[in-house]
Amino acid sequence: MQLTNRKKVVVKKEMSLAEKLYLPAITNGMVITMKHFFKKGATVRYPEVKREISETYRGQHVLKRDEQGAERCTACGLCAVACPAEAITMEAAERKKGEETLYREEKYAAVYEINMLRCIFCGLCEEACPKEAIFLTDRIVPTDLKRDEFVYGKDKLVEDINHRIDLSGRQTKEVLEFKKDKTKAHNQTWADKQKLLKENKHH
Amino acid sequence: MLTFIIYKSILVLIVFLISLGVAAYATYGERKVAAFMQDRIGPDRAGPFGIFQPLADGLKMFMKEEIIPTVSNKFLFILGPSLAMLTALMAGVVVPWGGKLAIGDHFYPLQITDINIGILYVFGVVSFGVYGIMIGGWASNNKYSLLGALRASSQMISYEIAMGLAIVALVMKTGTLSLGEMVAQQGTGGWWNIVYQPLGFLIFLICAFAETNRAPFDLPECETELVGGYHTEYSSMKLGFYLFAEYINIFISSAVISTLYFGGFNLPFQSHIPLDGNWLVIAQTAFFFGKVIFFIFFFMWVRWTIPRFRYDQLMNLGWKILIPLAIFNILATGVLMYALGKV
Repeated sequence: MQLTNRKKVVVKKEMSLAEKLYLPAITNGMVITMKHFFKKGATVRYPEVKREISETYRGQHVLKRDEQGAERCTACGLCAVACPAEAITMEAAERKKGEETLYREEKYAAVYEINMLRCIFCGLCEEACPKEAIFLTDRIVPTDLKRDEFVYGKDKLVEDINHRIDLSGRQTKEVLEFKKDKTKAHNQTWADKQKLLKENKHH
Repeated sequence: MLTFIIYKSILVLIVFLISLGVAAYATYGERKVAAFMQDRIGPDRAGPFGIFQPLADGLKMFMKEEIIPTVSNKFLFILGPSLAMLTALMAGVVVPWGGKLAIGDHFYPLQITDINIGILYVFGVVSFGVYGIMIGGWASNNKYSLLGALRASSQMISYEIAMGLAIVALVMKTGTLSLGEMVAQQGTGGWWNIVYQPLGFLIFLICAFAETNRAPFDLPECETELVGGYHTEYSSMKLGFYLFAEYINIFISSAVISTLYFGGFNLPFQSHIPLDGNWLVIAQTAFFFGKVIFFIFFFMWVRWTIPRFRYDQLMNLGWKILIPLAIFNILATGVLMYALGKV
């Protein structure tokens, strides 16, 4: 099958005198390099200028909180199972009474670590997560001088309650629409559930 | 006599410093030219446009750990880069950098010494440069270094022949070996030598590339095949000396090419330019440096255009093409001179 019409059949033939001299070819080459000399460089001066990246760029992870600020992660371990690079480890713990505003589910991740040197930023953890807890963001993992520093714990992964990370750009219209439906258990926060329980008792 | 010594010492010092300065900024220029030709920007962090990059590089070289392999011959190991640097700096002595400056009623020529065998001196010193590489490669006691040094010496010896033969034709035309006199001839009546010796110039230029170990003839150090060639075992400022000597050699080669074939410090259409006295001398020197800088740029331009030769291609080019061409050039020059009644 012919894909393009740029096909050029290679023929082995004697070189002509001009080709044997090499000098015309060298001159041509030098004209080409000189053209590039005056071209604008393709360099992006990184720390000052940042390349435009997609909203769905797969950069540094974030562990999301829900609207009330409770951590969404329930330490089910599906992300760790999905991870092809085995970069994720976690330790689960049971939620105690009075911690309902901190953790959304009865079980939570006491320790949650991602080794950023192992991570290949494939986004399978994000896909595996049933609780919308882990997302990849458009932030770039900064460099460091020690390997240990690249094992990110919850201190670096969980989003700051005062500086939420907007992920709406990563989600399709259908998902955003679905999230508004509070009758679905997936979208209910602990407070929502309490409210529903009370209403049910009244009935 | 005392003023003579002082004036010569000052001139030597100036040429020395300029050689070092130009070589230092040639490294910066090389990186910039390479970057521009590859659609990049090049060093731009150290100072505006990165102009302090050579200082940073030099400082880095000094700060690096100095390693002398235990199996090496220590004396020769240190002698290698020293010789490379020494021979590179020596050739600048006979290059005429400008005319005669008049201060008071004394004339001070801007050429350290105009020995009557100037071109032979340059040739001798440049071919001496192979010892720096040979000794360094041998003393390292490393296969890669030795192979690099072997390649370097055979390459330099092969191309010196063609270079010498190219100069023979030029000497036949000018009738002198003194660089000062050659420049004077090109200034007063007559075209620059490139017009009379185009083939000779081409041969000389190609050989100059080979003599300075520049791409496409950078086989002695070819990183992809020989790890680093003759300077594999070198580190710190000793490596710096080798790299630096290469740039000084480029500078001197450019100066010699400009002197021999491009009229030296003469301006084009000099007799029509309304300048005289010291102003003319200054303009000439500036123009000479313009030519030199153009050739340094040319060296880099070629480096970032052409890939490296294979070793057998290099030897073929040297022995089977350049040397016969140079001999033909001598014959043609002789015949033409005889036919035009110049002999």
